[in-house]
Amino acid sequence: MPLKDRIPMPEQDPKLRITNFDEVALGYTEEQALMEASRCLQCPNPTCIQGCPVNIDIKAFIGLIQEGKFTEGYYKIKEKNNFPAMTGRVCPQETQCEASCVLAKMGKPIAIGRLERFLADHEMYKPQQIETEKKNHIPVACVGTGPASLAAAANLAKKGYEVHLFEALHLPGGVLSYGIPEFRLPKKIVNHEIMLLSDLGVFIHTDVIVGKTYTLQQLRREFKSIFLGTGAGAPLLLGVPGENLNGIFTANEFLIRVNLMKAYRFPEFDTPIKKGKEVVVVGAGNVAMDAARTARRLGANVTIVYRRSRAEMPSRAEEVQHAEEEGIHMKLLTNPVAFHGKDGWVQSVEVVSMQLGSPDERGRRKPIPIEGSNYEIYCDQVIVAIGTTPNPILKYSTPELLLTPHGNIVVDEQYQTNIPGVFAGGDIVTGSATVIEALGAGKKAAIYIDKFIKGA
Amino acid sequence: MYELVDKELVAPDIWKIKVRAPHIAKAYKPGNFVIVLPHERGERIPLTVFDTDEENIHIVFQEVGKSTKLLGKMKVGDQIQDIMGPTGHAFPSQKFGNVVLIAGGVGAATAVPLGKHLHACGNNITIILGARSKNLVLFEKELQDISEKLIITTDDGSYGVKGFVTDALKEILSNEVVDLVLAIGPAVMMKAVSDLTRPLKVKTLVSLNSIMVCGTGMCGACRVGYKDGTVLTCIEGPELDGHMVDWNTLLPRLSMYKEEEAISLSLLDNESR
Ligand SMILES: Cc1cc2nc3c(=O)[nH]c(=O)nc-3n(C[C@H](O)[C@H](O)[C@H](O)COP(=O)(O)OP(=O)(O)OC[C@H]3O[C@@H](n4cnc5c(N)ncnc54)[C@H](O)[C@@H]3O)c2cc1C
Ligand SMILES: Cc1cc2nc3c(=O)[nH]c(=O)nc-3n(C[C@H](O)[C@H](O)[C@H](O)COP(=O)(O)OP(=O)(O)OC[C@H]3O[C@@H](n4cnc5c(N)ncnc54)[C@H](O)[C@@H]3O)c2cc1C
Ligand code: SF4
Ligand code: SF4
Ligand code: FES
Repeated sequence: MPLKDRIPMPEQDPKLRITNFDEVALGYTEEQALMEASRCLQCPNPTCIQGCPVNIDIKAFIGLIQEGKFTEGYYKIKEKNNFPAMTGRVCPQETQCEASCVLAKMGKPIAIGRLERFLADHEMYKPQQIETEKKNHIPVACVGTGPASLAAAANLAKKGYEVHLFEALHLPGGVLSYGIPEFRLPKKIVNHEIMLLSDLGVFIHTDVIVGKTYTLQQLRREFKSIFLGTGAGAPLLLGVPGENLNGIFTANEFLIRVNLMKAYRFPEFDTPIKKGKEVVVVGAGNVAMDAARTARRLGANVTIVYRRSRAEMPSRAEEVQHAEEEGIHMKLLTNPVAFHGKDGWVQSVEVVSMQLGSPDERGRRKPIPIEGSNYEIYCDQVIVAIGTTPNPILKYSTPELLLTPHGNIVVDEQYQTNIPGVFAGGDIVTGSATVIEALGAGKKAAIYIDKFIKGA
Repeated sequence: MYELVDKELVAPDIWKIKVRAPHIAKAYKPGNFVIVLPHERGERIPLTVFDTDEENIHIVFQEVGKSTKLLGKMKVGDQIQDIMGPTGHAFPSQKFGNVVLIAGGVGAATAVPLGKHLHACGNNITIILGARSKNLVLFEKELQDISEKLIITTDDGSYGVKGFVTDALKEILSNEVVDLVLAIGPAVMMKAVSDLTRPLKVKTLVSLNSIMVCGTGMCGACRVGYKDGTVLTCIEGPELDGHMVDWNTLLPRLSMYKEEEAISLSLLDNESR
């Protein structure tokens, strides 16, 4: 029998979706989910599970969908992952679980992420049945409220700890709230999955900058153990002339204004955003795609400029495809060397064409500028999305915390920093990575935090 | 939510408010500011902490646009949606020697806490307090108390000396040894001060009022050209070396949202009509 094709994900039409901020991928119906699940071979030796950074029992939850046992399937996922509505949407499945499915060899892996999302959407608003150990009233703090801290908090709360989350911004969620746009990850879903955490008895304190409002030393006096999940939120700049002209944004500022502050609904919301007509986005990661697609929805003609070729684009394939469907142009092997402006406003990006040289230590071919190939791309807005680094605030007030030369926190194999009882995980340790890796780190750190406290 | 516990008009359109935030009051150091989100759909704006008591932080602000006007409308007992902080570098606790502190307009709200701090660190302070006209001269008494000499300038000559703060500074610099100039006020004024002291190699600090969003070093909204690179005012400032600031990048950035600010303001005016 020939292998059936994956059930496609229903999506908003590209022409329509560039006029709104509603979710692009609409989710499977029950019927579609049953059909997709029926393709799963229920392998005796399921390779898919190793592909998931938190080792969800994928075979089991898909088996439960096959039997129509959606609630059981949902709790099967929740044994390993507290936030399936988010991971089902934003995990790079094509390089993780789905890449490890036996059917991937035939190019038709089971749509594991979509099924995970289906179960989460189906069950998440029902009363939750979660077993927690008896409250032990031992206070533990998690700093930051991105996926790393959320996972650490959920797992510690289930073990009975009194968990307090501290967030600098006025809303929790980290990148889930301020970075990833509404049309990929609706904030309603983020808020709901975070609310389920409050139901576990976790306290969330916003507007608290650890290192300023409270120092780490102060927290250490109040809490038995501390988890640092502060992310890698500080923006990188190109360092080329003209970069501070008006109209040039870091992707972080652009996305924070639009997502966190809801500037796309200005003036109903007070925070403004500049709506460019001709927008150049520099970079080709997830962040660049999100910025480009956001600018498109604000009405711009958008061009992505990237110094390497398509093969090296760090973004998810699906994101590039979505971007192209939405009419976003790509100028590859092209690198900005300067910005030019008039009366303080950007007018053009001067770029140089690149060619790929020999591979570097990591096997990536190094882009080399082609001399004399400079030209200008006219634009009225630029968004720089070339990566982020750890935020230095905690470092300023905690010089004793051991960091790498890049400013990432150094931890041992048990996620403990050089300060006893202080643990860390997520982007602050690894540099920019993924939501599920941050969730995984928070979850594992929770195990060691529990051991640390019980052993003490 | 943060309760407004007291409110006082200190000059036309300029308010002093007290807001309950004991944790911020406790952590506060002179030079710090807070990020205020007036209401759920509001904008995050930076405001200096003017003073503190056990329970409250005190803020002095001028009504200039929608957010500050909304704050100005709030009544005692009302709740401010969010206040984050304190943030920004604390001002160094250092004896510089002879300090000239220049405060222009509502900059006086930042000059008072920094002046008190410099005074407590044993500095000899001369103050130049500038305003457009007499009714806008702020905190004369508070600044008098901490200075050896207080010079008041008004643009229209309605009080003190007629002229700009830079005129008064020029005179001081030609007669006295000055170890530090600290200028706080409109960006054009701080630029003019920096231009005056640069050739004389007098150390000059300015308190930059860049447009901010996060206030924690993650958005880059507040960036400004500095030395050969770029700094984020919210975490490396707000007090920075006036001779290192690239004023040509700061000045246009301050008016980046002029059109949108006007829209917000006109809608607000319509609402209240
Ligand atoms: C635009 C964008 C799109 C992305 N898309 C994807 C995707 O599709 N799929 C995917 O898997 N990954 C994606 N990523 C990456 C992913 O979001 C991150 O790897 C992940 O969020 C890291 O989680 P974290 O918990 O370590 O940190 P973060 O999510 O960065 O959260 C850190 C939190 O800590 C807070 N904080 C920092 N310092 C302090 C302090 N001193 N005191 C208090 N709070 C503090 C910050 O305000 C922030 O809220 C994307 C990232 C971005 C920016
Ligand atoms: C570190 C710092 C401390 C400050 N302390 C005080 C203070 O103690 N008292 C006081 O009256 N003012 C202070 N300001 C200025 C204050 O933040 C602005 O007046 C306020 O944001 C204006 O908001 P608005 O909506 O009322 O006006 P808008 O109409 O939005 O703007 C009016 C002008 O204010 C500036 N501005 C607008 N939005 C912002 C923003 N998000 N961040 C910074 N500036 C902005 C712009 O230059 C703009 O042209 C401070 C600014 C900084 C950076
Ligand atoms: S959490 Fe992510 S990687 Fe794991 S199974 Fe779900 S979608 Fe795949
Ligand atoms: S490897 Fe693929 S087909 Fe096999 S159990 Fe896992 S998801 Fe199903
Ligand atoms: S205000 Fe966001 S980096 Fe300074």
